[in-house]
Amino acid sequence: MVADRPVLAVRGLSRIHGPACPSCRDLTGDAAGTNVCPRCGSVVAVADVAFDLWPGEILGIMGESGSGKSSVIRLIHLDDQVTAGSAVFREHDGTEHELATTGEETARRLRDTRFGMVHQNPHLGLNYLVSAGGNIAERLLCSGERSFQAIRDRALGLLTRTEIPPGRIDHQPRQFSGGMQQRLQIARALAPRPELLLLDEVTTGLDLSVQARILDLILEIQRELGVAMLVVTHDLGVVRLLAGRTLVMRHGRVVESGLTDQILEDPQHPYTQQLVMSAL
Amino acid sequence: MSETCTEPSRTTSSPSASLETRHSKLETPAPVLTVAGLAKTFTLHHQNKSIPSVAGAGFTVSAGRLTALIGPSGAGKSSVLKCIYRTYLPQTGSMVLHGADGDLDLATCSEHAALRVRAREIAYVTQFLHCLPRQGTVDVVAAPLVALGSTRDAARAAAEERLRELDLPARLWDVPPATFSGGERQRVNLARGLVHRPRLLMLDEPTASLDRRSADLVVAAIHAAKAAGVAILAIFHDPDLVAALADDVVQLTRPEVPCAA
Amino acid sequence: MSQATTRAANPAADRFGFLDDFAVREIRRGLLKALAIPGYQVPYASREMPVARGFGTGGMQITLAIALPGDVLKVIDQGADDSVNAVALRRFITAACPELATTTSTAEATLIQTRHRTPERPLTARQLMVYQVPYPDPLQIVEPSEAKRRRMHAYGDYARLWVKLYEDVVRWHEVALSNRYPARVHGRYVIDPSPIPRWDLPKLHRSRAMHLFGAGREKKLYAVPPFTDVVPLAFDDVPFQVERFCDAAGRRHRCQTCGTDDTYLDEIPLPDGTRRWLCNDQDRCAERMSHGR
Repeated sequence: MVADRPVLAVRGLSRIHGPACPSCRDLTGDAAGTNVCPRCGSVVAVADVAFDLWPGEILGIMGESGSGKSSVIRLIHLDDQVTAGSAVFREHDGTEHELATTGEETARRLRDTRFGMVHQNPHLGLNYLVSAGGNIAERLLCSGERSFQAIRDRALGLLTRTEIPPGRIDHQPRQFSGGMQQRLQIARALAPRPELLLLDEVTTGLDLSVQARILDLILEIQRELGVAMLVVTHDLGVVRLLAGRTLVMRHGRVVESGLTDQILEDPQHPYTQQLVMSAL
Repeated sequence: MSETCTEPSRTTSSPSASLETRHSKLETPAPVLTVAGLAKTFTLHHQNKSIPSVAGAGFTVSAGRLTALIGPSGAGKSSVLKCIYRTYLPQTGSMVLHGADGDLDLATCSEHAALRVRAREIAYVTQFLHCLPRQGTVDVVAAPLVALGSTRDAARAAAEERLRELDLPARLWDVPPATFSGGERQRVNLARGLVHRPRLLMLDEPTASLDRRSADLVVAAIHAAKAAGVAILAIFHDPDLVAALADDVVQLTRPEVPCAA
Repeated sequence: MSQATTRAANPAADRFGFLDDFAVREIRRGLLKALAIPGYQVPYASREMPVARGFGTGGMQITLAIALPGDVLKVIDQGADDSVNAVALRRFITAACPELATTTSTAEATLIQTRHRTPERPLTARQLMVYQVPYPDPLQIVEPSEAKRRRMHAYGDYARLWVKLYEDVVRWHEVALSNRYPARVHGRYVIDPSPIPRWDLPKLHRSRAMHLFGAGREKKLYAVPPFTDVVPLAFDDVPFQVERFCDAAGRRHRCQTCGTDDTYLDEIPLPDGTRRWLCNDQDRCAERMSHGR
């Protein structure tokens, strides 16, 4: 599915924690081998990240701990403040939002209705005080749904779609297995029919068979709904399976970007080569 | 480093080949892909090594014609295909895909454009079937059409048609191909490559390790694709197949390994 | 407020009402702000009262700040003028405001302080209602942090409250709140209308009177101006319902004193096992009796 404009156009995206000084960028990064500026002590979590995400596409962001990949997701999801750069989100109807400077009210609206986020740890993404159905209802209510039956029907539909037995709609999330909690997160993320789905290490820590089912589910959803997705992972297998294009990040910078199979079979950057060679 | 474009008249051992080539010579074949000066070297940073893979290749692939790449092992035949498909990044050269909307140099186009070309224009069939695990055969074959926006039912119908042409029994259609024999998997592979009617089909030893019957089915499918106007770039391990199917033959030689990295 | 102008024009009235000038001005300014932003909880410095917190200090401070000589005061507690708390409050207020008249008649009152009920008799434009409020914030049941609640109100984010209603409907097929039913005021803020029963909530909607809410312990003031929309939160397909007071056969109970069937009733179990149903609003019942229905 191709359109003429990207859903997300990111240029020079940066996030620095701390006072920041003019040398921060030059003294950190891949060449310097560190995120911490030796002069002012600021942590350069992300610097000069640029990419486009097209409608219906899955972009993988790969890297190890400290690479800045989760920070990028947090910045896009408006959970953190951009220090510098631009990230333009384009809605289906053509409205554009500059995420770097958006106000709180617009940020809430985007998070509630246009974005879906799935965390590695379900405790970050689920409300454990309400039922599974209540978790999905919460998202629908945020986007203005006021019919009880419509909410109920959609919740049942989403549970079925994510292969959670619909009979468990009124159970508490803490009664679910880890894999099922992840699937509930996915159901909740999809509730308002978002245009952008952000997946942060969603299968890390899960059993292999559970992982497989969730990855299959993500692919099916992508096929059916054509949602654009950013998939953050450190797992080469996940990125090979899901993403058409991939960014490789290290020390807050993008060191390589390309088609996923090219990154894995013909890596250009020394770090990418090392990563690919390290795969089990 | 030398490339030779040999005229098919040299391989007149197969009468059908000359009939076919005479037939294709009568129409002006439209060029689909023009490769020029293609070279690829692998740089392994950690071992401090530079390994040349393709030492300069140039040729044209036209609609309804099959161009065969021949040469010794290590000459970079598979690498050329991978460069065109953007799995490898070439160091120099151009790979221009000609289309109704204009020309696109695959060597320099954006990733997004490359993905688009893969989805719509080019199919790449190797001797290994790489597919999503846990997906039934029909869905594996239908996947390229679904990705282009076709409904699942229409895509499955087209997929079943392709599988029927390649004589894959219906009882296997909903089974994931992981447990199939080599011949069966290759037929699934080729069916998937043809289902979305690409303009350019690239084949990397499609009949290697196949039994006679499967190989014949594959050859028949290739003939049909040619007749339908698909441009084909192929590597065959069997010179008889080259003789039988190729309209143009391109010879590649092993690149020289530099003395120092 | 014409009474405010009268008070300002009458300097002798300054010492009237127990509270000092600064307190009176602060509460009045707070009330003006509350009226200007219907449903918004205005924080204020709630004063020490000679009555413990939790016994109506919020309502009392409002009454003392806005009462003027010439006002006619009615104080009720659960619909009764003669309950202990109502009597105690009325005595204190009249002691602090010597020229204030008192009444038990809703029709005659200009200022009505109440705990947990709104009078049955429709109010007029001359009347002010003052509610004693224990918990001013409807979001308190879903969010313990006041800082977070303020942000939720600011952004109109009541989703967590709606989820509670959803969970109630799932479990009970209706919203399981008998009182303190959350309602949206003027299409914007959601208020806790104090522990008035559901029965009374529709009376706030486009009322001719002004409704003022004071929470002394929680130190908040809020208001519903006259002719303002007050809409209970309800799903489109699970409408808001008031108490029905019907027996098992579906017949509406009547007050055993005055015989009417259109008031909020108290259910009184008797020693012999039977039940008696009586109007909760004492004055309304008396009014009906004296007029012979």
